[in-house]
Amino acid sequence: MIFEKFLNKWILFFLFLIPVLGFIFEEPYYITLTTKVVILGIAGIGLNLALGYCGLISFGHAAFFGLGGYVTGILSFHALNSELIFSWPFIASGSSNMLVIWPIAILSSAFLALVIGLLSLRTTGVYFIMITLAFAQMLYFFAISWPNYGGEDGLSIYMRNSLPIVNTMDPFTFYVICLFWLLLVIFISVKLINSSFGMAFQAIKQNEERVKSVGIETFKVKLLVFVISGTITGLAGSLYTDLNRFISPSVLNWQMSGEIMVFVILGGIARLYGPIVGAAFFIVLEQTLGSYTENWQFWLGLILILEILYVRSGILSLFEKKLKYEK
Amino acid sequence: MISILFFEQLLNGIQFGTMLFLMSAGLTLIFGVMGLINLAHGSFYMIGAFSAALIASLTGSFWLALLASLSGAAIAGVLIEIIIIRRLYRRDHLDQVLATFALILLLSEAVRWCFGAFPLYLDIPKNLNGTLPILDDIIYSKYRLFIIFMGLLIATGLYILITKTRLGIRIRAGQNDRQMISALGVDISKLYTIVFALGASLAGLAGAMIGAIQSVEVGMGEPILILAFVVIVIGGIGSIKGAFIGSILVGVTDTIGRIFLPELLKVFMEPASATSVGSSIGSMLIYILMALILIIKPSGLFGKT
Repeated sequence: MIFEKFLNKWILFFLFLIPVLGFIFEEPYYITLTTKVVILGIAGIGLNLALGYCGLISFGHAAFFGLGGYVTGILSFHALNSELIFSWPFIASGSSNMLVIWPIAILSSAFLALVIGLLSLRTTGVYFIMITLAFAQMLYFFAISWPNYGGEDGLSIYMRNSLPIVNTMDPFTFYVICLFWLLLVIFISVKLINSSFGMAFQAIKQNEERVKSVGIETFKVKLLVFVISGTITGLAGSLYTDLNRFISPSVLNWQMSGEIMVFVILGGIARLYGPIVGAAFFIVLEQTLGSYTENWQFWLGLILILEILYVRSGILSLFEKKLKYEK
Repeated sequence: MISILFFEQLLNGIQFGTMLFLMSAGLTLIFGVMGLINLAHGSFYMIGAFSAALIASLTGSFWLALLASLSGAAIAGVLIEIIIIRRLYRRDHLDQVLATFALILLLSEAVRWCFGAFPLYLDIPKNLNGTLPILDDIIYSKYRLFIIFMGLLIATGLYILITKTRLGIRIRAGQNDRQMISALGVDISKLYTIVFALGASLAGLAGAMIGAIQSVEVGMGEPILILAFVVIVIGGIGSIKGAFIGSILVGVTDTIGRIFLPELLKVFMEPASATSVGSSIGSMLIYILMALILIIKPSGLFGKT
């Protein structure tokens, strides 16, 4: 555990060092790449709370990621063409201010997670995996066939949404904003995991019956974890839209759910910084393999299979073992 | 007029359903016997279609192509089961989901490597081209009728296999109690390989038959894989009967919903928005159906509780 804390500091250090170097040497590409790692890391940390710490294998977190993204895209789209989003039951107009967009994205993801959680948590095991997948696919097909916001082609928002004072179009500034969110999400996760509520949801992963027997209403605990988890992933989706200035149904696709899951597993399940390492590994692999061969996904698949068959507990565990031998 | 359209769409739905059954029968068997969630099942659908397209372009025979789809997918199934899948049976669902997710990436890219990124086309044989009058004024595509016929034939074959043969008895025994049948001297790992190959070959056949109507391309297996999952979840995981009823239900609901929901909504709404709302809801309909069924019966229609 102590070693993991030490390692986590290094992870944060690198996450900060690369963009600073990118800033100094005027290589915005590396800043953007690190920003992507940070954002996908946030999405992974969200999923990890449900999947890693509570054992809720959600195969539908793309729903939250995509909803956060679409809320951001739609608000910004309407701010640009100054049409109302809807006028009933209340008047809603667009906005391109992140301080407005974030709370709306967060609240809508939380609401969606509440609805999906209420329905899905009635099932367990494979059925839970499949029903969460089905809800995400439902949204995916809705986004594809709903013509108002670009349908299958997606929605471009041209200008990144703004914040007061700072210029969000600057890659480094936007990176700092995302890093701020990452640190906040990590802070909240640490507080949650070590709280009595956190003990309860981690115990549910071990043995739900026992947790029930001491008088804890496990359904409520699981639902709350699921909502928090979905909300964090939704926030990441919002940032992701702003990073790309584009949103398309592909972020709602089941492959997105699979990828977020891969971040969590690659890094090491139920490790706080695991998803960041997983996302970083995934993106570095995508970039390096992608520059050598068109068929990089073949090698990605191979590496993943080998990881699952032989390493089992994620990249971070590799470092841990090495240290034990040194002792 | 509307009744003719309805009848045609009903047949389309049944045709779609029988192909879904070929996919989901294997998926549900593999889950029922080995306890494995196999996301890579759609890859066998793709491998079957590509094997068929390859043999069809070499020999020009559609029937040899169908045979190739069965054997190509079965061979791929045996190899993959022996090399990778059998290490996953004892793992938890999460590892299985991820490993087979990775397998999709690997197999899709491997096929793209061999055949290139462009879609291939598989021709319908001449004597199945054209239409056939069914009732007074209803004509229907011969090839689609052939698909329905094949689907029902295979469903019957599977039923006989599972209920009447020794292999079927072993498969059912494997679903009930793995340890017991291996204690009784059945070579369990061989049984697993056979079941996996059987499932893969059915998926391959479905891929080839659908490939002749649509196109044969990388990634063709994933949309239908997700639908097959919906089917087996609706039917109850592990139940072949559930897979059959679920397939027809999903096939018909999806086809009818997409066509008639916009029409139905036009009664209440203005045409333009009825079309967009209707087609949106139409494409979500089966997922809504699945959610409803799981809420009422959390383990599917024929699942064990």
